[in-house]
Amino acid sequence: MSERSDDASAAPRAEGVRYDQARYVENGQYEPLLSEKDLTRVEIGAEGDETDDGDGGDGSDSPLPDHLTRDSLELPELSEPELARHYTRLSQMIYGIDSGPYPLGSCTMKYNPKFTEDVAALPKAAVHPDRSERSLQGTLELLYRLQDYLGRIGGMDAVTLQPPAGAAGEFVGIRVAAAYHEHNGEDHRDEVIVPESAHGTNFATAALGGYDVVSLPSDDEGRVDLEALEAALSEQTAALMLTNPNTLGLFERDIERIAEMVHDVGGLLYYDGANLNALLGRARPGDMGFDVMHYNVHKTFATPHGGGGPGAGPVGVVDELAPFLPAPRVREGDKTKSGESTYELFDPEHTIGHVHGYQGNWLVLVKAFAYIARLGDAGLSDASAKAVLNANYLASQLEYDIPYEPFHHEFVASAGDQDAADVAKRMLDYGVHPPTTKWPEIVSEALMTEPTEVESKGTLDRLAAAFNAVAAEDDETLEAAPGRTTARRIDQTSAARNPRLSWHAIGNTDDE
Amino acid sequence: MHGSHATGSPYAPHTDAERSRMLEAVGVETEADLFDIPTAVQFDGKFGIDARSERETRRLVRSILGRNSDLTELLGRGHYGYYVPSLVDHLADRSEFLTSYTQYQPEVSQGFLQALFEYQSLLVELTGLEIANCSMYDAATALGEAATLAERVRDTSGHRVLVPDLLREGRRSTLENYVAGTDLEIEEYPTDDGNVDLAALEEQVNEKSVMVYAENPTVRGTIEESLTAIGDLAAAHDALFVLGSDPVALSVLQRPADVGADVVVGDASVLGLPTSYGMGLGLFATSEDYLRQVPGRLVGVSEDATDRRAYTLTLQTREQHIRRERATSNICTNQAWVALRTAMHAASLGPNGMVDLAERGVTRASDLAARLDALVGVKAPVHDRHHIREFVAHVDQPAAAIAEDLEKRGFAVHVVGEHLIQVCVAGVTDERIDSFVAAFEEVAR
Repeated sequence: MSERSDDASAAPRAEGVRYDQARYVENGQYEPLLSEKDLTRVEIGAEGDETDDGDGGDGSDSPLPDHLTRDSLELPELSEPELARHYTRLSQMIYGIDSGPYPLGSCTMKYNPKFTEDVAALPKAAVHPDRSERSLQGTLELLYRLQDYLGRIGGMDAVTLQPPAGAAGEFVGIRVAAAYHEHNGEDHRDEVIVPESAHGTNFATAALGGYDVVSLPSDDEGRVDLEALEAALSEQTAALMLTNPNTLGLFERDIERIAEMVHDVGGLLYYDGANLNALLGRARPGDMGFDVMHYNVHKTFATPHGGGGPGAGPVGVVDELAPFLPAPRVREGDKTKSGESTYELFDPEHTIGHVHGYQGNWLVLVKAFAYIARLGDAGLSDASAKAVLNANYLASQLEYDIPYEPFHHEFVASAGDQDAADVAKRMLDYGVHPPTTKWPEIVSEALMTEPTEVESKGTLDRLAAAFNAVAAEDDETLEAAPGRTTARRIDQTSAARNPRLSWHAIGNTDDE
Repeated sequence: MHGSHATGSPYAPHTDAERSRMLEAVGVETEADLFDIPTAVQFDGKFGIDARSERETRRLVRSILGRNSDLTELLGRGHYGYYVPSLVDHLADRSEFLTSYTQYQPEVSQGFLQALFEYQSLLVELTGLEIANCSMYDAATALGEAATLAERVRDTSGHRVLVPDLLREGRRSTLENYVAGTDLEIEEYPTDDGNVDLAALEEQVNEKSVMVYAENPTVRGTIEESLTAIGDLAAAHDALFVLGSDPVALSVLQRPADVGADVVVGDASVLGLPTSYGMGLGLFATSEDYLRQVPGRLVGVSEDATDRRAYTLTLQTREQHIRRERATSNICTNQAWVALRTAMHAASLGPNGMVDLAERGVTRASDLAARLDALVGVKAPVHDRHHIREFVAHVDQPAAAIAEDLEKRGFAVHVVGEHLIQVCVAGVTDERIDSFVAAFEEVAR
């Protein structure tokens, strides 16, 4: 995609776009900490509460004996209006998907439909997990229907909704694989193969599961190197973890051959769902030979990232692995006398047990269900079509070199002689969020870019203009960036060298 | 509105004209030309999922969830339904909070980083330990992470992890999965009248023990009375003392640092979330001795180029995206937004409100136990201990039948034995408690 388009429409000039993020400064600092606004110490026990402000009793009588209580608790005591301003100011110092484009590769930062918040906030969604099944038919039905939706979308026979994030889904996959091999008397399998360019969680999850990680290099075209795979596979192989399209956005064309090779040695093929937004309605992991997969509902199904979570990482498997899934799952029970469906929990026959104390991130699952029910077949496949179109269009407008193609929902450009991390900082000044940087390492100074389907052509043009403006700037400008954000370039080294991780650790150093 | 949206994603803004120009710029006829998928694995079927309008979708979800009964939940055992102030919903729902990603670009994420830093500080104050991460998934996974931490930092020759026999199944089972890839082995120690049986634990702890886990309050709502002794016992054998608790209980109960706890885990979403079918927020705090071994994300303080204080994710070399298979955990996406809500709820209560909430948990549980104890066919509490929020009651009738009868009258309680029920007052109004006692009187006799 190195050819520049001769699109007749005038591309926006990046110089015309300037982004100044809100900033509140008091006493030479950004928004003060809550602890700098107030700290009130409440004594507990017989000495009483010296700051009691009359909300009942004199505060002198703890209902517990002294030896079972702490001495005191010191925290900010602020009024609601003060807190409302505090958190509003904090929110203004955050860039979210509603602030502008957020093309983080592999993160699928798509717009989060507002109505999904409303359905998750329904009073009937606020239920305790220990209620009887008969009193939770609504919750169980929604979970059942979501299991069914996800099974169809991924081409999988059985689904668990319990994993609370993608990495937790990977962990279920690895534990299921371990249980399956052990069940078959093959617990000598102690290796999991992971491509060099995979997400860090794949390596960490395999290690958490007790496996030795075998790293797999890519071939010259950026895909799985079949010869290297052949060499890596053995009687020791428990599973191969694969993302498809891979982190370069390339479809693993040899996927059928790969599946055959893995299955031939008795291994399982795991699908990392991080890039599923490329394939909705066009290809399904189950049809490609994958045995187990996770879905990132906070990517593909538009539930909000919330500054780092909560997400949900449901796992789908083929029939043969269904008996090993976490407990409990949901299934249909007998119909009621009036013919209404009922739902019940059950433990799969050889279950690995729990990977979460209860059933995972329920409120996130409600939002994901609503999103899928809203889009339906046509909306889901259109989402992928537009996500792939957007990535390709954006790429066609960039000056940076994009070494690997044909890509799908994301591409990895190279910043060339520039430092990709500096490129990212400078892009902030043009009012856009930068791409994921310096990864995958197969591309030097990588700019891993995933615009998703939610950006219009106009926004993509503005995003391209930001990339191109930065591409033309000198190192000095890049190193000085950002200049228009709340905080200027932050010193990472001193943060790590002298870790101060609570207001207790900075207490007296800053305010004399 | 764009007519072309009728059959596509309502959240893809392309007009037909824009789409055409984009396809032309890329040099293809249609999006399908951009997919490089071998024919053999192409999917040409349908999911069979109908698209719906927003209004229809809301109606669908409302109708499905409408099948959940309206019950007053006197339920706890680790998941609580405290009232969450409106402030939390309205401010946490500001889309900058809700729709941002992990703070990999701290210069445009100061607000969220500061909120997480304040959350960490809240936990540091509550636990007395120097470090708290900015979230695990829930109490069960935090416990699992504590065990793998113990394995990394303890040089003892053995692999025993000691947990109470009353540990909730979900936590126990999650812990088993987390240690499945290690040499660790989970062993139970007995409890006595709800609390740790110290004499029995003393017999079990030895040089092969890497971790001792206890909860305060216990799953049955009793307040532990021998924490210091447990801490000493663990320390004497070089085992990690891991304590399970939550922010409300920690507001008044013994400070973990004062009883020798090395790690505190638990569910912090006791504040911040209503009952959410078990969705939680894993609390994880530990001593600074284990700084380089902590799982999960940490927000630290630094300075920016103008020398102003600024926040950033730090010590990331512990994490999976840098350290890969040598990371301290595989966690990536976590519960950041729930941590924000918890911090907001705690700030809204303030220290007086938090202490008050916890103390009322003690007095209200005790009052309700006394009222139930006065009924025919009920003895409460079963355990001769101090309680917070909840307690176990003995019923002469089969407990399952009692629970079913109560449910018909609009109340949910736990069944924890053939003749044992467990009742929790957290979040239940005084009026509903009065009605509950009246209903109980009818069903218990």
